[in-house]
Amino acid sequence: MKSLLRKIFLVDLIEGLWVTFRSQHPKNIVTEQYPAERPRIAERYRGAPRLNVHPETKETLCIACNLCALACPEHLIVVTSERNEQTRRKELTTFTYDISRCMFCGLCEDACPTDALELSQDFELAAFTREGAIWDRQMLEEGPVPTRYRY
Amino acid sequence: MPEATFLDANELVLNMGPQHPSTHGVLRVVLKLDGEKILGAECVIGYLHRGVEKIGENRTYQMFAPYVDRMDYVAAVSNALGYCLAVEKLLGVEAPPRAQAVRVILTELNRIASHLLWLGTHALDIGAITPLFYVMREREDILNIYEKYCGARLTTHAFRIGGLQYEVYEGMERDVKAFCKKFLPRVDEYEELLTENRIWKDRLINVGILNAEDCKAYGVTGPLLRAAGVKWDIRKAHPYSGYEKYDFEIPTRENGDTYDRYIVRIQEMRQSVRIIEQAVEGIPEGPIMAKVGKVIKPPVGEAYVSIEAPKGELGYFIVSDGSTQPYRLRVRPPSFVNLQALDKMSRGSLVADIVAIIGTIDIVLGEVDR
Repeated sequence: MKSLLRKIFLVDLIEGLWVTFRSQHPKNIVTEQYPAERPRIAERYRGAPRLNVHPETKETLCIACNLCALACPEHLIVVTSERNEQTRRKELTTFTYDISRCMFCGLCEDACPTDALELSQDFELAAFTREGAIWDRQMLEEGPVPTRYRY
Repeated sequence: MPEATFLDANELVLNMGPQHPSTHGVLRVVLKLDGEKILGAECVIGYLHRGVEKIGENRTYQMFAPYVDRMDYVAAVSNALGYCLAVEKLLGVEAPPRAQAVRVILTELNRIASHLLWLGTHALDIGAITPLFYVMREREDILNIYEKYCGARLTTHAFRIGGLQYEVYEGMERDVKAFCKKFLPRVDEYEELLTENRIWKDRLINVGILNAEDCKAYGVTGPLLRAAGVKWDIRKAHPYSGYEKYDFEIPTRENGDTYDRYIVRIQEMRQSVRIIEQAVEGIPEGPIMAKVGKVIKPPVGEAYVSIEAPKGELGYFIVSDGSTQPYRLRVRPPSFVNLQALDKMSRGSLVADIVAIIGTIDIVLGEVDR
């Protein structure tokens, strides 16, 4: 009898609808208005790669040891270097990073002994061409410039 | 199944997928129909095949770890745990207690996230659009915890062979506790929307029945098996990663129909919260990484490790020839094995029910095709 009454008066459906109405309070809205409102990115986020330079001397921290290229599962990092005849040290010449194949696993970052290579919080990586996704040393050191939208 | 001919008016062959919204990816199902009745369903898979096992044979042990996340991308952390445990077994090392506790927390959060996504899409297939938005809201909280812990949200690469790469971030315990506290009332909310809903019950009860014998014959595991009344959970049967320390129950049901699987998964989410609450209370202090060299070279041998992934038994079989790369790597994905039972479950039911049945198996095509 009770279940029949529940059926006639659609109690179960109304209970469900009540959940919907409860969630419509402005306090309960959680949608992020993305381009207008920037998301909060966690500190450990693994995004666009960065090749760090020394903050004062602006010299690269990379010692061209090639460990990141060896650690990369996709083999997408190419490091070239030449030996400086005076100091007998390896110096970085080019550094190429193909973010179109990168899966942001962070193994290169873990392998880096000098914290030169870092996966930063930048996440907007779209490019107009495939070649645009292959980042050279200059791009890696300066980082991408995200577009700010105004509404 | 009799061969269908062109002039045979009784039998109709219908292609469902691979581009069908309710096949949850690129699954093609060839349906043999008699009017509205299904005479047989044949799965055509392989549209998402990437050769993950072969990739594994060409990468070192550490390098392959990010790829396992891309099989069952809804439950990436569970995949990583299974792979790490398998390599650790080969090496003969065990993760330290602190790492084990954190692993349990993250995998159980992942179980909740996976079940939430299943609940949302399954309800969406059947016609209840509302729960999808609510489950995404809760899943977002879990993904935020992942993002703060390891820096990625979906394909996390959270674990390393021998333990963890990242130390627990400051405030993680607070975040996890807050989530647990908030989440249980939210499960009640989903149940309020669905469990007693008449349409939901009419669409699910006695649809896609798979009894315990058939489950065992097909090798079906996970919530499908438990909904048929078999109390089988690898976390209890062969405890790994310290699961024997936690107090939880295995929810089971008797009928083995789609509604029972829904109830079992809802109960599992509640049990996962229970495990997380226990684990987060006492994360032991200590190191997070066992003594594993930079170059992983396991001794010659083989190891099979299976864990209870959200979708069922997930197994990794690795053969080592003593080099830095696996000689052979075989994955036993739960979705792939569970999908076999589709034909048995859908025979005799109506066309509209096949959507509910595919949804209830909880497949991820990335894992089916690998």
